[in-house]
Amino acid sequence: MLEIKGLTANVGDKPILFGIDLVVPTGEVHAIMGPNGSGKSTLSYVLAGRDGYDVTGGTATLDGQDLLAMEPEARAAAGIFLAFQYPVELPGVGNANFLRTALNALRRARGEAELDAVQFLKLARAETKRLAMPDDMLKRNVNVGFSGGEKKRNEVLQMAILRPRLAILDETDSGLDIDALKIVADGVNALRGPAFSALVITHYQRLLDYIVPDRVHVLAGGRIVKSGGPELAHELEADGYAGVVADAA
Amino acid sequence: MNALSPPRRVPPIWLQQAATDFLARYDGLRARLPGDAAIREAGAAAFRRHGLPGVRDEAWHYTSVRPLAETRFAEPLTPVAECEALMRRLPVLDAPRLVFVDGRFRDDLSVVPPVGAVRVGAPAYGALAQPDRDRMVALNTMLAEDGATIDIPAGADGGLLMLASLGTGSSDRAVAFHPRHAIRLGAGASLTLFDVSVGEGTYLHNPVFEIALGDGAKLSHLRLQDESRAAFHVSTLYADVATGATYDGFALTLGARLARMEVHARLTGSGASAHLNAAQLLGGTQHADFTTVVTHVAPGCASRQTVKNVLAGHSRGVFQGKIEVARGAQKTDGYQMNQALLLSPDAEIDSKPELEIFADDVKCSHGATVGELDAEQLFYLRSRGIPEAEARAILVRAFLAEALELVADARARAALETAIAVRWEGLES
Repeated sequence: MLEIKGLTANVGDKPILFGIDLVVPTGEVHAIMGPNGSGKSTLSYVLAGRDGYDVTGGTATLDGQDLLAMEPEARAAAGIFLAFQYPVELPGVGNANFLRTALNALRRARGEAELDAVQFLKLARAETKRLAMPDDMLKRNVNVGFSGGEKKRNEVLQMAILRPRLAILDETDSGLDIDALKIVADGVNALRGPAFSALVITHYQRLLDYIVPDRVHVLAGGRIVKSGGPELAHELEADGYAGVVADAA
Repeated sequence: MNALSPPRRVPPIWLQQAATDFLARYDGLRARLPGDAAIREAGAAAFRRHGLPGVRDEAWHYTSVRPLAETRFAEPLTPVAECEALMRRLPVLDAPRLVFVDGRFRDDLSVVPPVGAVRVGAPAYGALAQPDRDRMVALNTMLAEDGATIDIPAGADGGLLMLASLGTGSSDRAVAFHPRHAIRLGAGASLTLFDVSVGEGTYLHNPVFEIALGDGAKLSHLRLQDESRAAFHVSTLYADVATGATYDGFALTLGARLARMEVHARLTGSGASAHLNAAQLLGGTQHADFTTVVTHVAPGCASRQTVKNVLAGHSRGVFQGKIEVARGAQKTDGYQMNQALLLSPDAEIDSKPELEIFADDVKCSHGATVGELDAEQLFYLRSRGIPEAEARAILVRAFLAEALELVADARARAALETAIAVRWEGLES
């Protein structure tokens, strides 16, 4: 379970989050929607532990563990996975090697045996196939020369292989056509179950037609201003954010 | 004549003293040194005239030999028996090897290759070296005692061969040695030469290589400079590359207090190509200089240089790359890239590209970048659970990958990657 209480954070000297309260019970998928500049990406980076995103107050725990006290790699070992809005290119780093290194680092941290190259490739090939990704994607350098859609699928591939307890998808739908969107949604839905939860950050309701959330929260001005069921996403799509944000102010 | 004519440039006293010491050594040894006495004497004459390089020599502007010149060198002891520890520092390649200790061939440590002819016991003087121009080569020519001549006959594949140099100085007794090697490949012949230098204590290793590649020959020349951290390494290499032949060079600089690798490659027949790739991983107060001159003599030749520097502590890396295109060398394709990763605010890189083009239909480009490890890439890796130290190592390996790409032999490549990993650990701790 992800529990965030009174979380405030700055980016540089600028306050962005003004007190986030949010609970995502294990097994649930929650969506965070909101206008540009509302703090959605900041929240995802703060949870993943990126430098330059400074927590100034409040707490965030995953299954009772204090996330904010951990290095990014320890958060990953605890079960956090951030699917980046802009996946990073790693020239000179092969995708398969990267994935195996990451998986084995997590397995080590969790006290599990590492996978050898053969075991890993078997797993990776099965997942690439399920995500309708060409096999050569594993051989290429991480995200180098990938189209926007391929990069997002590569994020979902990593998620599928690393099996997080809490996935944070930061605008994973941006830049995807409808086919790619369905593939990405299928990838997330395949992981859904009693031990998996997700925070789906999106600007548009469209993704939520395919990944149907248990709860929807509206983030505006660095605060959660409204929460509701999946129907809230449709209201926002129809009426825009202006009404919700004005009501809260 | 003007009464106020500028004072004559006199080399500083420490440079003169060092030259005098080397000349005295030559005077004492000359009667006993093997090989062509006329070539040696010409080298000595050049050294007497020019002395050691000073920073006023344009070619040595970024690299001062002062620490070398201020070291008093004694004669290497003969023979040096204890080499087991140094032998263990050589990569395990499962290949024949020619081992030199303090510049002298050691039969008992060597495994002679089955293909080609190898001669040792005297300096392998060739026709390519330029002792009149290159001062350290004049020194080498004057004092060389030994070297390997490796001849691979036309059409033969020499496989993988290790050429190893072990230096055995001590802190109170520095030694200097100047091996002289010649590698000749006949038409269509091929060879992978893994040239490795290791050692302990203080010494000067000043080898000269003269490499002649016949038509269509292919030499993969992999160099691992992992000298003692108190040593001086100055090497000069001349390669003549004939029609359709390929010189693929990759030089990895990890060791020595002061290092310079100088490469002069001449593409003399159409369709010849040369790769002069290098990687330098330096820490502490190490200084390493990679200097190249590629001369496109014939038309339709290609040269490629990818040089990567990873610099920690107060280290300093230097790359000087010159591409000369002769009149008539049309359709020349020259490329040069120097990149540096600075891991500390006190590390420094100096980069000096030079193009000298006397033909009108050529494609030549050069570039340079300097940066730090990318914070975004580092976070991306760590967010996937990869610990910070491992993530940094991954990014450094990735940075070097491009320069290593042309290392085709899997055994050699593994040895180079291991050496990089070990040095990297040293830089990080």
